[in-house]
Amino acid sequence: MSANLLAIFYLISGVLFILALRGLSSPETSRQGNLFGIIGMAIAIGVTIISTGNFSTGFIFLIIFLIVGGSIGAFIAFKIPMTAMPELVAGFHSLVGLAAVFVAISAFLNPEVFNLGFPGQIKIASLIEMSLGAAIGAITFTGSIIAFLKLRGLMSGSPITFTGQHFINLVLGIILIGLIFYLCNTQNEYLFWSLIVISLLVGILLIIPIGGADMPVVISMLNSYSGWAAAGIGFTLENSALIITGALVGSSGAILSYIMCKGMNRSFFNVILGGWGATEESSKSSSKEQKPVKSGNADDAAFLMKNASSVIIVPGYGMAVAQAQHALREMVDSLKKNGVKVSYAIHPVAGRMPGHMNVLLAEANVPYDEVFELEDINNDFANCDVAYVIGANDVTNPIAKTDPQSPIYGMPILDVEKSKSVLFVKRSLSPGYAGIDNDLFYRENTLMLFADAKKMTEDITKSL
Amino acid sequence: MEIDPFIFRLSIFILAIFVGYYVVWSVTPSLHTPLMSVTNAISSVIIVGAIVAALAGDSSNIFNTANIFGFLAIVLAAVNIFGGFLVTHRMLAMYKKKKKNK
Repeated sequence: MSANLLAIFYLISGVLFILALRGLSSPETSRQGNLFGIIGMAIAIGVTIISTGNFSTGFIFLIIFLIVGGSIGAFIAFKIPMTAMPELVAGFHSLVGLAAVFVAISAFLNPEVFNLGFPGQIKIASLIEMSLGAAIGAITFTGSIIAFLKLRGLMSGSPITFTGQHFINLVLGIILIGLIFYLCNTQNEYLFWSLIVISLLVGILLIIPIGGADMPVVISMLNSYSGWAAAGIGFTLENSALIITGALVGSSGAILSYIMCKGMNRSFFNVILGGWGATEESSKSSSKEQKPVKSGNADDAAFLMKNASSVIIVPGYGMAVAQAQHALREMVDSLKKNGVKVSYAIHPVAGRMPGHMNVLLAEANVPYDEVFELEDINNDFANCDVAYVIGANDVTNPIAKTDPQSPIYGMPILDVEKSKSVLFVKRSLSPGYAGIDNDLFYRENTLMLFADAKKMTEDITKSL
Repeated sequence: MEIDPFIFRLSIFILAIFVGYYVVWSVTPSLHTPLMSVTNAISSVIIVGAIVAALAGDSSNIFNTANIFGFLAIVLAAVNIFGGFLVTHRMLAMYKKKKKNK
């Protein structure tokens, strides 16, 4: 196959990938979009195999490895519960990162295959591109592993900070640039290996200071990194499919990070520098004083909701932890039978990754046209009878609007306090991830339901 | 004077960033999780580099270090490609509209 024809095919798969993302603008077109993505991938893999013209032992190995990897992937994809999506995505990011590192190593050891020169005499431009690809790939790899461990609960979600942390990161960053510079001058193999090792270390150091509640930003950011790593390798291999995909994924992750930061009213650098939630001890202790709280049981809640004309459900990460989405939908079904109008309000940073709550509700067969984003539903709280807050906390805290001292001041919140009554399902009065007390607990119109989210929802359904 | 082919690749890159920017802003927020899983799957197109590296030379070469790294990358990317597209498919199949006349 001629190089030109090959390039045309890569261009076609690049365009199909764009269409795959375009399909996600609405749930109706999304399935078709995914199909475009699969076709694009099949074309890219197919023409690459044909172009190598190697159908001997290597080809058999290739098929075996594809089947092994594919079966593992398919197995995971079918087995994974929807509540575990954040860890899955973090895990997949780490694989992209490591694959980028491996391809960069192959290109460094055997540059002739990719027309990059000869070992020890690799073209400078290619060397820079592959170093960047390898470095970003390695950072993505270890960073995603840490994110995975934190999300999976195998590692504490609280930020790990130590003095001089930012200084060390800065020094390592400078060393990385220096290594790339000397690598280009000397073509020394050891410099290339050191570059990878230091990048692996940087990935760990970048993610450990970031707390559990900031994971939506971290996942989006690592998504973006995996894209830039792919683009770096794409430049090295002079492959337009990889360059286009890398740019798409890179900008996609960057936009998601931006949306998540905006949802928390924090700057990107503030999140990256980390340590949030560790410094809020003072406000935590001040809330120790006893304030009156009204608490109720499932029957009270059922009574309130049955007699309401409209109810808005506010789900949060706690719903995912308690796996309460199916129980919640059953409760809503009973409410609808009683003629109550029900809708769902989703905060941009609810859950551990962008769109996490929407997937869980979709899994529980909640129609997506009953689920609304913050800006679309926030005005409706004033006209709603009951707000049912299940597993959310900080995103409803009115202190974000009133107290400039608060760490979440300025964060857009769901105005649940405007509804006639608020039902708050929570295990205890403990503060949320931001480590701050929620004023809403002590309001006149708030009824606290102290229980496991799933159990309480099931009990309410029974009393309806 | 001839233009360096690098400039053409850079042009593709920059334009693709802009395409990505506009396309991703049009993605509905309720599909942000599938967006992440599908971008994950497509970024594994890095497998094309792995295939070229793994199949370099003839059959006596496949145990060279460079080729072995290629094969390892193939496994990793394959996990991602199949896992990413299938889990996206599984998620998207769950998004349903309200049944009419209910």
